[in-house]
Amino acid sequence: MEDSGSTDWPGRWKHIRRLLERSGPFAHPDFEGSPEILEFMLNNCKVLVIGAGGLGCEILKGLALSGFRNIDVIDMDTVDLSNLNRQFLFRMKDISRDKATVAAEFVNNRVPGCNVIPHFKKIQDYDPSFYRQFHIIICGLDSVIARRWMNGMVLSLLNYEDGVLDPSSIIPMIDGGTEGFKGNARVILPGMTACIDCTLDLFPPQVNFPMCTIAHTPRLPEHCIEYVKVFLWPQEKPFGENVGIDGDDPRHIQWIFEKAQDRADQFNIKGVTYRLTQGVVKRIIPAVASTNAVISAQCVTEAFKLASSCCNPLNNYMVFNDTDGLYTYTYEAEKKEDCPACSQVPQALSFKKDAVLQDLVDHLKNSASLQMREPGITATVNGKNKTLYMQSVEAIRKRTKENLPKRLSELGLTDGQELVVADVTTPNAVIFKLKYEV
Amino acid sequence: MLNLYQLRQQKKDGESGGKSAGSQKRASAAQLRITKDISELNLPKTCKTEFPDEDDLLNFKLIIQPDEGYYKNGRFSFSFKVGPGYPHDAPKVKCETQVYHPNIDLEGNVCLNILREDWKPVLTINSIIYGLQFLFLEPNPEDPLNKEAAEVLQSNKRLFEQNVYKSMRGGYVGNTYFERCLKA
Repeated sequence: MEDSGSTDWPGRWKHIRRLLERSGPFAHPDFEGSPEILEFMLNNCKVLVIGAGGLGCEILKGLALSGFRNIDVIDMDTVDLSNLNRQFLFRMKDISRDKATVAAEFVNNRVPGCNVIPHFKKIQDYDPSFYRQFHIIICGLDSVIARRWMNGMVLSLLNYEDGVLDPSSIIPMIDGGTEGFKGNARVILPGMTACIDCTLDLFPPQVNFPMCTIAHTPRLPEHCIEYVKVFLWPQEKPFGENVGIDGDDPRHIQWIFEKAQDRADQFNIKGVTYRLTQGVVKRIIPAVASTNAVISAQCVTEAFKLASSCCNPLNNYMVFNDTDGLYTYTYEAEKKEDCPACSQVPQALSFKKDAVLQDLVDHLKNSASLQMREPGITATVNGKNKTLYMQSVEAIRKRTKENLPKRLSELGLTDGQELVVADVTTPNAVIFKLKYEV
Repeated sequence: MLNLYQLRQQKKDGESGGKSAGSQKRASAAQLRITKDISELNLPKTCKTEFPDEDDLLNFKLIIQPDEGYYKNGRFSFSFKVGPGYPHDAPKVKCETQVYHPNIDLEGNVCLNILREDWKPVLTINSIIYGLQFLFLEPNPEDPLNKEAAEVLQSNKRLFEQNVYKSMRGGYVGNTYFERCLKA
C-alpha cells in the first residue's frame, strides 16, 4: 500500500475504498470518488472526542475502525467499578486511572497506526487555540452545562467577514446523548444549523420538588432523601464545616441514607434504599449499553460522512427509543432566529486608537442603526469577565463611571475584542467586535 | 452541502488559516443572559441590589425593605448565585437575614415556586425579585417552610403581626432568637 503508511496490510481499507473511490446510487450527486479522500481521513483529519465514558468508548472504537487515525480524547474522570459493564476499553486493573489515558492506550495498542492522544482535563481547561485544530468534534457528554459550553466554544471559533460567515471556520459538532433506552444524535454546523441553545427547551427540566413538600409533607422516598440533602446536611454538617456532599464518597451516601430512612419511618414512607439514595444524590440515570452503542455508531457514521463528503449528513436531529419495540425519527431542528448563542453575528465597531469608553457609549446611543438607550457593556479581558459600564444598578454605575474617560486600550480592550452589549432595544445581548482604525 | 474535505484542503494540518477569530472564548450563554438581565433590572423602590464585585454579575445581594404589610420597615438580605446552567437552571437564592416568615426557614431556605419546581428559562432575575417582594406582602401559610409561623398566621393574624414585629425588633419568638433587622 503505497499511500497509507507501514502499518497497513493488504486490503486493510478495501471496504472503505469501495465507498470513497467510486460513485454509487446512494452517493451524494456532487461526490467524486478519489483515493485522496481516504488519504485525508487517515493522515490529516483530526477528530476530537469529548468524553471517554459510555458513549466515548464506543465512539473511539468506531472512529479507529473506520479509518480515522488522528483522534484526541478529553475526559476529566477516572475509571470506576460501575463503568466496567459497558465502558469496554476499561478493565478491573484500570480502576481509578484516568479514562482518557486508559482509553487511548487501549485503542492505540489494538488498532495499528491509530494515534489517540488523551487529555485528562476538563473541557474548560482549553482555549480556542486548542479546539481550532480539529476538523470535527464529537460529544459524548452527560450534562447540559458541558454541551452548552462546547456549543459556545465552536460558535466563538466562527469567523465573519463583513457579516458573512467564513465556511472554513466551521467545525461541525456531532452530539450524542442517551438516557436509559432513549437517545439522540444530532449534527450541528455552527452558525448554519440549529445549535444546542436553539433547542435548549428539548432538555428535560431538572426534577425539583417544591421546598415545602420536602420540608413538611413528604410522600415519596425521594422527598425524604432530598430533605436530608437540602435541610439536614447544611444544619448538621456531618463531615465538618464547608464540606459539601460528595456523591462518590460512600460515607456521605451512608449518612444521607440513614437519615432519610429515619425520616421515611416518621412519615410511614417505604422504599428508601442505599441505591436510591445514591441515585437521587448523584442524579443517576441508568445507562443501557445497547443504547450507547446505537447512538455512538450514528455519531461515527456522521463523522465519516462529514469527513469524506460521500453522503449528506444527518439533517439534523435523530431520536431513538427502544423501550417498547423500536422507534426512530429524524427531523430538522430549526435554527432559532433569536438564539442567544448562535444568532450572534458580531458586528464590527471601528474606533480610533485613542478613543475612550465614552465615545463607544455615545456611538451605541447615537448611531442611526443602533439607537440604544442605556447600553450595559461587558467584555472578557484576560479570561475574566469585566463590566465596562452599566447604568441599571446604581453601585455598578458609580464604580464603572470612572471607566468612561479611559482609553479603550487602557481598559485592556485589544483589536478584535468582543464586547457584550445589553440594552432594552434588543431582545438579547448583542456582540460587537472592536476594531482599531489604523 | 458543506464539503469539509474540500474546505480543509486549503489548510492542511487543520491549522486555522487567515485571520483567526479572537483567542478568547466568547462570553458564555449564561453570561450573555445575565448581562441582559442585570442591565435591565427594573426594581421597585423597596428593592436594591449590591454587587461586591462589579465584574462578577453572577453573584450579588438583594436588599428588600418593604414599605407596607407585616414586614414594613424591616430590612432583608438575599444572596443570589447564578450558575453556568442559567437560564436553564434557576439561580440559587438564600435569605441571609433571620426572619419569622411562613415561607422562609431559619436556615435561609426560601419556598418560592419559581425558584424550584416552576422555574422556566423565560423568567428573569427581575421576576424572582418581584416574587420575593410578594412573599413579604402576602406570606402564604398554605406552603409553609416555617410551620409554626404558618400556623400562627392561619389561626391568629394579630398574634402573627406581633410576632413579626418582635422578631424584626430583635428578640425571642418562642424559643428562637431573631437578630434585629429594622432599618436604621
